[in-house]
Amino acid sequence: MNTRAQVLLWGAQRASAVVLAVCVAVHLVTIIYAVRNGLGAAEILGRTRGSLAWAGFYALFVAAVAVHAPIGLRDVLSETFNWRGTGLEITVLVIAIALALLGFRAVYAVFA
Amino acid sequence: MAALPALTVSVWRGTESGHFQTFEVPRLENQTVLDVVTYIQRRLDPTLAYRFACRVGMCGSCAMTVNGRARWTCRTHVDKVAAAGRLEIAPLNHLPVVRDLVTDMTPFFDKWAKAHGNFKGAQTRKDDFARVPPAAEERRLADVAIECIGCGVCYSSCDVVAWNPDYLGPAALNRAWTLINDVRDTGNRTRLAAVAGDAGCHACHTHMSCTERCPMHLSPTASIAGLKRAAMVAALKGEL
Repeated sequence: MNTRAQVLLWGAQRASAVVLAVCVAVHLVTIIYAVRNGLGAAEILGRTRGSLAWAGFYALFVAAVAVHAPIGLRDVLSETFNWRGTGLEITVLVIAIALALLGFRAVYAVFA
Repeated sequence: MAALPALTVSVWRGTESGHFQTFEVPRLENQTVLDVVTYIQRRLDPTLAYRFACRVGMCGSCAMTVNGRARWTCRTHVDKVAAAGRLEIAPLNHLPVVRDLVTDMTPFFDKWAKAHGNFKGAQTRKDDFARVPPAAEERRLADVAIECIGCGVCYSSCDVVAWNPDYLGPAALNRAWTLINDVRDTGNRTRLAAVAGDAGCHACHTHMSCTERCPMHLSPTASIAGLKRAAMVAALKGEL
């Protein structure tokens, strides 16, 4: 990976961190609201199904996770196991795709 | 005045492999760690290898690991670090050990070269002096970081250097930042490319050990943050 790509990855991780800071806060408030008001699964799904706003919010959350986590994991793996090169890049790319697919599947499940 | 109790001093002997050897050293008023090492070498064991020059915190050659922390030994008073009268003195971390307390600084200075740490100007001796206003933003940023004397304390204190052997380290990056802000320098485009990415400024985790331990009270962390921003802008513009 060339230097420019490495720098852009760093920028992507910082930008996704900003998004995550907001998303995690909203997500936590949502959980607390749901628990304190005793909302069951059916009541939660009643609010999320067909809601483009919730689907959009959680799709953004998933996208930020899928960008942020693999880039951080790339550093952790590199520094812990002295692992660099194409094998590492492919591994974290696969993890990024898996996170995105699993996350979007979950978003679709509560939206559709 | 009653004599102070003697110091128990463990000193690293050997190279990469070796052991700590213990000495009893008389405790004196206003005694530095360098005084202790010198006493051992001159009175107790002349085979002890260590390095020093100025003894007054100007040359940076006497840096060692004292009770687990990199310091200038000439400016470290025993009474500030010898809890319970014990000292453990070892060579700097993250550098090859030549012998005992002497490290090979070659990798450290090689990384200054890799970071393009040399000034590259366009003027000749026939040109007039360049005039850089002291209040200019670039001059102010360079001034803050310029007093590094290359002692290696920051490099020895940096975890990322241990985890990533290619990482240029705080001192080389701090030096590059002073040149990035030198308006006379003409080598900044290639310098920024040399200090960016996985082996450069973007590897820094902002632990700030370098800033906490710099004997000159510089902030390599701030310099590295500046490089990160400059490289990011250059990458977005396609100039990297």
